[in-house]
Amino acid sequence: MSILINKDTRVITQGITGKTGQFHTEKCQEYANGKACFVAGVNPKKAGESIFDIPIFATVSEAKQQTGANVSVIYVPPAGAADAIWEAVEADLDLVICITEGIPVRDMLMVRNRMKQKVADGGKETLLLGPNCPGLITPDEIKIGIMPGHIHRKGRIGVVSRSGTLTYEAVAQLTEIGLGQSSAVGIGGDPINGLKHIDVMRLFNDDPDTDAVIMIGEIGGPDEAEAAYWCKEHMKKPVVGFIAGVTAPPGKRMGHAGALISGGADTADAKLAIMEECGFKITRNPSEIGKLLKSLL
Amino acid sequence: MKIHEYQGKELLSQFGVRVPRGVFCQSVDEAVKAAELLGGKVWVVKAQIHAGGRGKGGGVKVAKSLEEVRTYAQQILGMQLVTHQTGPEGQNVRRLLVEEGADIRKEYYVAVLTDRATQKIVVMASSEGGMEIEEVAHHSPEKILKVYVDPLVGLTDAQASELAQGIGIPAASVGKAVALFSGLYTCYVRTDASLAEINPLILEGNGDVKALDAKFNFDANALFRHPEIVAYRDLDEEDPNEIEASKFDLAYISLDGNIGCLVNGAGLAMATMDAIKLFGGSPANFLDVGGGASTEKVTAAFKIMLSNEKVQGILVNIFGGIMKCDTIANGVIAAVREAHLTVPLVVRMKGTNEELGKQILKDSGLPIITADTMAEAATKIVAAVK
Repeated sequence: MSILINKDTRVITQGITGKTGQFHTEKCQEYANGKACFVAGVNPKKAGESIFDIPIFATVSEAKQQTGANVSVIYVPPAGAADAIWEAVEADLDLVICITEGIPVRDMLMVRNRMKQKVADGGKETLLLGPNCPGLITPDEIKIGIMPGHIHRKGRIGVVSRSGTLTYEAVAQLTEIGLGQSSAVGIGGDPINGLKHIDVMRLFNDDPDTDAVIMIGEIGGPDEAEAAYWCKEHMKKPVVGFIAGVTAPPGKRMGHAGALISGGADTADAKLAIMEECGFKITRNPSEIGKLLKSLL
Repeated sequence: MKIHEYQGKELLSQFGVRVPRGVFCQSVDEAVKAAELLGGKVWVVKAQIHAGGRGKGGGVKVAKSLEEVRTYAQQILGMQLVTHQTGPEGQNVRRLLVEEGADIRKEYYVAVLTDRATQKIVVMASSEGGMEIEEVAHHSPEKILKVYVDPLVGLTDAQASELAQGIGIPAASVGKAVALFSGLYTCYVRTDASLAEINPLILEGNGDVKALDAKFNFDANALFRHPEIVAYRDLDEEDPNEIEASKFDLAYISLDGNIGCLVNGAGLAMATMDAIKLFGGSPANFLDVGGGASTEKVTAAFKIMLSNEKVQGILVNIFGGIMKCDTIANGVIAAVREAHLTVPLVVRMKGTNEELGKQILKDSGLPIITADTMAEAATKIVAAVK
């Protein structure tokens, strides 16, 4: 099993005709059940056409009606990405994965509040993963996003992280020592996002096919601490924690918009201390993440 | 992106926030003329640099005659102003703001920022103006009031009034404070700011409420729709290496150490810096070349790292996912040749076509040290620079 997505997931690609969208749609199609999973694309100007044998529809809503897809992935450029998220939410999809990097914070703030308002008004809740994330993968079943599929291996370890290549690093370490992954989830490096560490930890905790979890975080923001406190009370599975940015200076944005030390509580050291206090096994050596997890099984 | 105080006040004025009358100057003569133009008997001569703590560093002076304006302008223009935010080398002062003196009865604090946890906009205010808000937060957190604003609704008059009364603005001036808070909030939202801070906010003898200082930070992701904000950019205030890096779409931050790092991905870049530290070294920079580490970008990255005289060695750590290791190896070799690298170089590549990439590095005949893990790479570069 897995969390959020599996071989039966059917996906709409928003921004399928752009350069990035095309490139990664092809890779996703090639991976495991990709051919069956990626069933629709959206572009109002190219409705009726198709790309890689995937039909293009004018709207998300129409794509959902015609194909039954309930998940979308977004490669739309930053200026229009928040609108693309909202379109997917209005179409009542189950999950939207936004890969786009560089969306203005205000746009995310508005769409996140509209999403919450919709639920408060009794509307269907759509989960959002990202933005500025690599996406997620359930090895040997489906990959939605930009991660290299071949480094993954089917198994029982969950991985959740804010960054792309650092997630790949952890996954590759696991695969190398013979540990596969149930699902690997990149929640993204932006300050205003959808699913957070805590949400993904909940899902892994409830997933009968996940035995242990690697949680990778970064400097900036309260998310890792919140997840750690939740885990202290509820998590039934061993967790390995790593936080990047011990050497990062305060007040400087380290690549990710969200990776910025602003107070005193969002430094890597502070987060590592909280995670340890909450029962995580932590490491300060990014090369040891996989081995440390293996030692807990 | 940061801007100067005088620019921040210009923006605030556009949104109806009252500020003292002032004139931006770049020479001593301009400063004296500005004071004459403003009239009155008291003026404030303020250094314009992006760092805070200017007053304590001697960058803000109150002048009681035109002669004093001249003297202070002479002192401040061209000085290396050292504050707790500039680092020990300080920042060269090239711009001044000359303002009319204010009749300060009481100083307050107000700021707008975005709260990640609640995904709301926060307006925070305090009766303790004129000092570092971090200090207030540390010593008397109860003196900081916050209201969480739903961006779909905006700051309500009730919220603004709650803040104004809460920080002790006299009843007669609450209306003025409410108007100022609303203007500040609107300014924050419309300009896509990530921080808008007024410290101090002042109450004058006649009951007026004004912004005596203005500090802004803007969301880099939103600058594409704000040419008016981009026009405020002052390259003199930024690290030349960071400016150069941004031209190539590289995320680069200068640090204090001696080992340059070139990595793809922000998280992995931070983890690589951490590994260097863990094994006894010190990183000279953060550098994320991004997903498409092309030869051109890698070459530019090498040149930028090497322009830092402190760099005694370089560590390249690339996770080749979509980008294959052989392509990256060729890029590194081309970059090393073009940048005439003379310091030790450790390359660690992982992912697609890893073995082929390593073979290409080996066959190049260049003295490149290779490593399999981040720990090994960090150990090797630390040893090489010792």
